[in-house]
Amino acid sequence: MKIVLEHLTKRFPNRNKKIKEEVVAVNDFNFEIPDGKLIGLLGPSGCGKSTALNLICGLETPTEGRIYFGNTDVTDLPPERRGVGLVFQNYALYPHLTVRENIRFPLENLRGKDKLTKEQMEEKVREAAELVQIKELLDRRPGEMSGGQQQRVAIARALVKRPQVLLLDEPLSNLDARLRLQTREELRRIQVETGITTVFVTHDQEEAMSISDMIVVMKEGVLQQMGEPQSIYDDPDNLFVASFLGTPKINVFNGRVEKSGIYIGDSKVLDAYGVKDRKVYVAIRPEGFVVDPEGALCCSLINREVMGRDTSLVATHPDFTGERIRAIIPSEQVVEKGTSSVRFSLKPAKVCIFDAESGRRIRL
Amino acid sequence: MEATDVKKAAADEQTRKTIRTALVYTLLGIWAVLVLFPFYWMVLTSIKGYGAYNAEYVPQFFTLNPTLENYTLAFTAVPLAKYFFNTIIFTLITTALMMVVVIFSAFAFARLDFKGKDILFSLFLSLMMIPNELVIITNFVTITNLGLRNTFTGLILPSVTSVFYIYLLKENFEQIPENLYKAAKVDGTSDMRYLFKVMLPISRPTIVTIAILKVIECWNLYVWPRLITDDRNYFLVSNGIQEIRENGFGRENVPAMMAAVVVISVPLVVLFLCFRHKIMEGVARGGTKG
Amino acid sequence: MKKNLTALLCLLPAIFFLGVFMVYPLIDVFVYSFEEGYNFASRSYFGTGLYNYSYVLHDPFFIQALKNTFILVIITVPLSTGIALLISLELSSVRVLRDFFQTVYFLPYVTNTLAVGLVFMILFKKTAYSDGLVSILIQLFGGPGIDFIDGPYWAKMFVMCFYTIWIVMPFKILILTSALASVNPMYYKAAQVDATPRWRIFFKITLPMISPMVFYLVITGFIGAFKAYSDEVALFGTDLNAAGMNTIVGYVYDMLYGNSGGYPSYASAAALILFAIVFTITTINLMVSRKTVIYQ
Repeated sequence: MKIVLEHLTKRFPNRNKKIKEEVVAVNDFNFEIPDGKLIGLLGPSGCGKSTALNLICGLETPTEGRIYFGNTDVTDLPPERRGVGLVFQNYALYPHLTVRENIRFPLENLRGKDKLTKEQMEEKVREAAELVQIKELLDRRPGEMSGGQQQRVAIARALVKRPQVLLLDEPLSNLDARLRLQTREELRRIQVETGITTVFVTHDQEEAMSISDMIVVMKEGVLQQMGEPQSIYDDPDNLFVASFLGTPKINVFNGRVEKSGIYIGDSKVLDAYGVKDRKVYVAIRPEGFVVDPEGALCCSLINREVMGRDTSLVATHPDFTGERIRAIIPSEQVVEKGTSSVRFSLKPAKVCIFDAESGRRIRL
Repeated sequence: MEATDVKKAAADEQTRKTIRTALVYTLLGIWAVLVLFPFYWMVLTSIKGYGAYNAEYVPQFFTLNPTLENYTLAFTAVPLAKYFFNTIIFTLITTALMMVVVIFSAFAFARLDFKGKDILFSLFLSLMMIPNELVIITNFVTITNLGLRNTFTGLILPSVTSVFYIYLLKENFEQIPENLYKAAKVDGTSDMRYLFKVMLPISRPTIVTIAILKVIECWNLYVWPRLITDDRNYFLVSNGIQEIRENGFGRENVPAMMAAVVVISVPLVVLFLCFRHKIMEGVARGGTKG
Repeated sequence: MKKNLTALLCLLPAIFFLGVFMVYPLIDVFVYSFEEGYNFASRSYFGTGLYNYSYVLHDPFFIQALKNTFILVIITVPLSTGIALLISLELSSVRVLRDFFQTVYFLPYVTNTLAVGLVFMILFKKTAYSDGLVSILIQLFGGPGIDFIDGPYWAKMFVMCFYTIWIVMPFKILILTSALASVNPMYYKAAQVDATPRWRIFFKITLPMISPMVFYLVITGFIGAFKAYSDEVALFGTDLNAAGMNTIVGYVYDMLYGNSGGYPSYASAAALILFAIVFTITTINLMVSRKTVIYQ
């Protein structure tokens, strides 16, 4: 089931009642989520991604705009009529019910022609439990399980009604690092197995990149960019997207375009044909640096951290916007201990320039 | 400091500690005796024979000839069974009705969004400050004018709402995570089903506590039934015991009176012993007497 | 819209009952108190004014009730709070038998005051057959035989205060023990390490920490004691005026219904006077507390 959002806007009255101005949580969203894909809604906290999820889910009604599932306009439908499943960050399992009863709960709400017999319910519960591999836990209560297990139960409960759309709100952030890795693979497996269009919200770019078919990056209620993880990473539309994706973070320098060249300080680091002269931000991915005695960019080296497969160089430069430059180079490229400055040449594909005023990408 | 000094100091400390402990237990014991003695006395007196009791100028602290005749008398000479039965009916109906009223109101305040919710809730809270004595006068007139004196309806109606319990339960309901409600909404759970399947089971401890506290309150109610009933057929135990005391057994029959006192005290004492932690916790959370 | 309707339906019973039995009576009691010569049967009156208040304030029975109530309040509130504090402190310092003591101490809370009052009456009353256990005990130690129930005023007042304290104690002990239990033991350990004397720990740490609860007990104690009534009935019978042991609330009910009853106007005036007294005392309490109570 594809999901289409058209001019979706949600405004809240300000919490501080004295301020009349409304808070715009979601601002004019237009995008289409293809059928059967796993989509990551990504952004820093407070960017409106959870509101967007709640709008798709039906827990909130939009101030403006429409939502379509397939060709059906679901904007005015309550959540239960939309056929969605929702998983919460803290799982929201009913503490007084066993796992079995928790998973069965949504089925018991079905009335009229959808009403199921006891056996049908039991069968569906069993299927869902099998899918998330918690069959042996059915008689426990949520309090007696680990976070990862609770998360599986929550997913099973969301899936038991065979929703057309599965929505997950920060599904992994309550888990510890090891479980998070494991669970996100699990999530991907379940999604592929069921083929349900899935939207999940996260503030963790690595998480979003690793399992999504597509990423939607948001900031302050405004859609920044959407696309496949790799293409967003390689080809960000603006400075925010570039710096939000990727660890270590992209390195941003103050620079300028002058006579078809990109300058950081006085050194011309790359060519830029057809770009008007102006001030720009030069953003370089950590892996875009090549140690080169002839290189144009000269940085003072602070530290080198050996990480085995590759080496991370920590450096500074007067035109750097942050505190520390991080460059990742293959271990074979040896930089002697005690070196105080290092020269880099840059891989053009790993460098983006952004207009210094608007932060927009300047494509070469 | 010398080693012997240290030893001596330690021994002194030990002695002081022992004396203090002994003192503490003595005081605690004295109060326990003061509390328990009336209970002991009422049970003891209730099993003394009428003649034996009146023959004792100095009451005896035990009896060698226990008898149950006073209990028989308490049920036959005065309508104690009737009072008892009335109180059970009154208590059950009042508590049940109040639970319904309280649960739905607390639910509305905790879970539903509606216009004027904050104002209405503040109004409810301000009613908590109104003493019963102030409104009982008009209620007496109202019930009298409605012709409901000497009826269960008249007894029950004014006690089926409690702002305090609404407040207590609302607070409890609000502690249930918002996400459970959202999850239930996504699953298409109606508000009422959510109330009964999720909120009530989760809040069961509080609900049980409220019910028990209300039962205690009902069982000990005296003023309102005294105003509203003068027909013995509708007396509750409190009024019954007063009636027994004043017009009692035809003569000053203390042992029989005590038997009646034991009978009406037993249910609550048993209830208390079964649920003592629940009751004490409930009262500590803000219950008051009367 | 649908939400509003559901909410309305949920709240309807509460609003109805509170409206009929709380809000309306509240307005009505003022009206009654100013209606002079209200007649129950004809529901008519012949004027409005302050006569009811003046009548009540000049009624010797009301003066007696006022005096009794004030004596009761002044004696029982500080005494019960103090004893409860002492017992709670001791209770918190022991471990063995603690649960037992707690259970026992709470028992009076769940008893019917009328019923147990009767036991107290038996213990204190002088009859044709016996002087009563307490009196006999006093005589044993060389004191005079006293009838506490039908005897001198101070004796009756003593029983009344004694029984009142016995009745209010469970609540106070319970509240204070849970308040004491909620004080973080960290403070005590810190004080112990500094070799703070016990009395200093009590006055400098414990008391300030539980002061909000002590204050709560004082306020509820005042309010409760001012509304004393059924304990007195239990001890002295329904005709409290005759026993000279009436309380303000007792006066209200007697005016409303009882031997001298049938005067809702006088009852309303008396109830409002009581309310004014309680309100004033509570306000004073609150003002005092603002200076002395430490809220965390």
